[in-house]
Amino acid sequence: MRRALSPVPIAAICVLVALLALLAYGLAQNEPDRSVDEALAAGERERAPELELPKLGGNGDGALADYRGQVVVLNFWASWCKPCKDESPLLEKWHKRMRDRGGTVLGVDMLDVTSRAEEFIDDYDLTYPMLKDKDGDGLERYGVVQYPETFVIDRQGRIAAVRRGPVDEEFMQSKVEPLL
Amino acid sequence: MRLAALALVLGLLALPAAAAAQDCPQTTLGDIEDEVMCPVCGTPLGLASEAPQAQDERAYIQELIDDCKSKDEVKQALVAEYGENVLALPGDQGDDDLGDVLVYVIPALGILLAAAGIGFAVVRWRRPDTEDRALAGADGARLDDDMDRYDL
Repeated sequence: MRRALSPVPIAAICVLVALLALLAYGLAQNEPDRSVDEALAAGERERAPELELPKLGGNGDGALADYRGQVVVLNFWASWCKPCKDESPLLEKWHKRMRDRGGTVLGVDMLDVTSRAEEFIDDYDLTYPMLKDKDGDGLERYGVVQYPETFVIDRQGRIAAVRRGPVDEEFMQSKVEPLL
Repeated sequence: MRLAALALVLGLLALPAAAAAQDCPQTTLGDIEDEVMCPVCGTPLGLASEAPQAQDERAYIQELIDDCKSKDEVKQALVAEYGENVLALPGDQGDDDLGDVLVYVIPALGILLAAAGIGFAVVRWRRPDTEDRALAGADGARLDDDMDRYDL
């Protein structure tokens, strides 16, 4: 007759299974939210998540809702990010082009030192409004995992396009211009 | 004479700097980077070697140290910039006292349980199996009987 398995191997197997389950849970938790990309791929526009953050450099809070009815190019950036430097002049150019046509660029400085961000803004003469996401709340809401990332939000507050990486003229022409 | 006067002037100039150095709290980048996170990398700063955000954070910490900030002041400045999640040590974050205790107690309990399990397994492995021995004894007796019966 076969003997029953002793409690020690059973306990060891249980611990191993628990560890594997924990690992799988951790991996699943770290998976970025890609529902926006999936909706866009299906030809749908998801409502942009609410965003209310302190304005960079003080003077209270700012929110995405402040720009309701406008086309918003929501750009997540940081001062230490090289591609963010490369795309900033283009964003400034488009901000100036959009502001009289019911549009704006809205910058969100993420996980960054404020003084460095302010230097960055001075260096590139950026005039568009800026918020500071000091603890990454906006990153989670928008599923941002790389720097920079840009979301184009239409006048109904829905995400019309996303660029995970630096924007270029072709992207702005094809995704932003038609909404203005 | 001129040399002595020059030495005196240089000495007087050096005094405030030396006094400032004495007043400056003694902390180092290495001392701090193990206790704070690199928020973008999601690891302690000490483990985030070449990531640009980690390099930037290190430079910021070094600036604060050079400005004579103490370790606590540096941590406060980091929290102001990056939020509470920048603190890597459980006791540093918020007022969750139970959580702070549990985060140390649970791994300790886990280690104790694992050690107990290993000890139990080793004891069981080394202990002779009395049931098997008893059977061997009965078998042995039967074998002896058979041997006697057939006179082998």
